[in-house]
Amino acid sequence: MKNNILYNKLIIGGLVLLFVIYNFVVYNNAAFIQEHKLSDAAIQGQQLWQDNNCTACHQFYGLGGYLGPDLTNIASDSIKTDAYVKAMINLGKNAMPKYNFSEKELQEFLAFFKAVDQTGYFPNKAATTEKTGWVKLKIKNTTDDQ
Amino acid sequence: MTSNKYASHFLVLALLSLFVSISIGVLISFQYIYPDFLKHSFHFAKLRPVHVISSVSWVVLAAIGSIYYYVNEQEQLPLYSKRLAGVHFYIFFLTGIAIYFSILIGKIGGREFFVFAPVLMIPILIGWLLFGVNYFKTVLKNIKNWPVYYWMWGTGTVFMIFHLMEAHFWLIPSFRENYIRDLVVQWKSVGSFVGSWNQLVYGISIYLMTKIKGDARFARGKLVFFFYFLGLANLMFGWAHHTYIIPSQPWVRIVAYSISMTEWIILFKIIYGFLLNLPQKERQLNTMAYRFLVAADVWVFLNLIIALLLSIPAINYHTHGTHITVMHTMGTMIGINTMILMASVWFIISKLNPDCYPTKWTVFSYKFLNVSLFFFLLSLGIAGIHRGKWMLENDGVSFTQMQMDLHPDYVFMIVTGIGVFLGLLVIILAALREILMGKQ
Ligand code: HEC
Repeated sequence: MKNNILYNKLIIGGLVLLFVIYNFVVYNNAAFIQEHKLSDAAIQGQQLWQDNNCTACHQFYGLGGYLGPDLTNIASDSIKTDAYVKAMINLGKNAMPKYNFSEKELQEFLAFFKAVDQTGYFPNKAATTEKTGWVKLKIKNTTDDQ
Repeated sequence: MTSNKYASHFLVLALLSLFVSISIGVLISFQYIYPDFLKHSFHFAKLRPVHVISSVSWVVLAAIGSIYYYVNEQEQLPLYSKRLAGVHFYIFFLTGIAIYFSILIGKIGGREFFVFAPVLMIPILIGWLLFGVNYFKTVLKNIKNWPVYYWMWGTGTVFMIFHLMEAHFWLIPSFRENYIRDLVVQWKSVGSFVGSWNQLVYGISIYLMTKIKGDARFARGKLVFFFYFLGLANLMFGWAHHTYIIPSQPWVRIVAYSISMTEWIILFKIIYGFLLNLPQKERQLNTMAYRFLVAADVWVFLNLIIALLLSIPAINYHTHGTHITVMHTMGTMIGINTMILMASVWFIISKLNPDCYPTKWTVFSYKFLNVSLFFFLLSLGIAGIHRGKWMLENDGVSFTQMQMDLHPDYVFMIVTGIGVFLGLLVIILAALREILMGKQ
């Protein structure tokens, strides 16, 4: 019985040690793209995004609510100009509520969308599927895929 | 009797949260077919957080109430401090009110799960800390060779505290300024937060099986411990299947892919073994509790298949960002967590109120709930397939057009969702009545 208890403690200890190391690596290196630092305006835009809980209906990288479209790459969509985006936010349409943001705030939203757009693609239509079940993602601004 | 009224306080609060969760859930689902419904007063951005936080509260509060009850009353271990349990209860109760109030006045957190102003995390963490102190002080003092459920409740609590903090790392600039890192860490913390409450809930299911079976060796066997370690490893490293599609370092995704294939099989094996070995007579005891465990068993099996499939990147690629993710979430939230916690609630009711037998209505609602849930999940799966097709193939079709094309799927979802609501409603009301009566 004593042996069992020791055994259990050892396994948990080992797992926790691995966990600490793994966390350290994830916190420091998880992002594929290290260089892109969000600008102050983009950070403000993200704060507005959170304060208004836009994520209840919208997604980035497919994460969020499903009542509205994914906005990961809206900044590089040639049809959806800045003017279109600003109008959509302050006029609303269908389930999209009508907001009342200042021009400065709308610019911050745009800066945030641009920053997100630069980090990658969603949906990642150029991804390739391998026989192992692995999916190689197309990474933005590089030539190699992961 | 070492009566601890806070255990049933927590359970009552949990059942009320579930009631709020499913009512709002039904209400907001109408926005899928009537985009203008509630748009101006209480749109999705306000009501979805209420739904989410109430669902999480149901799971967490029911688990806490059950654990207080089992440790203190069922096992008769004198609680380290009853006053601490009381303080814990009132902290959570008042924080809950503050959360609803903060959403109501539009102070929303805007992150998955943590939909309230970040300062409200402080009292929640304090509550968990008090629970942890009370739990460890009580159990360490009284039990030498811990059965697996004590380990699960202990580690679940510790990791809960860590991941609730991790979910707020975005407040640190170096996380926030790197969008991908922020996104990865956010979903890491959310995934492991769910893993932590799973430790509490699965611990409860093993506890119940041990008690219904009356065989204490069950929870000390090698197999359950193996499963426990695997679950812990999944909690720590298996969160990344939510983030396959994010351009993170490939090793983050490889670790997740390899580890997430394991946990469910073991749980299924354990429950299955338990059902096979149960003597006939005991099946009739604790009837509602036993029924809910059987249901959980079936849902574990079905969700196992879905979860395994969704953890394969090639499939995840087509399902991520569609209602298939919702199907998986609802399957585990209602099918597994809610069934296990309802088993726990009804087990406790059978102790509070030994001559309580479930009415025909309750039993019927239980069946109705499970059938409705099956079709509800099916409707989400169908909607998900349609949305996935649109997402990856149909370039010309606008979002709004796609939503309109999916109308029939959404009508199916709403009708079956109402079925789930009604089934749960009767069970919640019956449980509340029994708990409030049993307390006298
Ligand atoms: C209640 C759900 C909901 C909320 C909350 C919401 N949106 Fe929307 N949003 C929608 C819907 C639905 C559409 C699609 C409207 C249409 O084209 O018919 C949309 C469209 C958009 C678009 C245009 C997308 C495109 O591809 O055409 C942008 C930009 C946008 N929303 C930004 C925001 C921002 C910023 C917020 C938060 C301040 C927000 N939305 C909150 C539902 C919502």
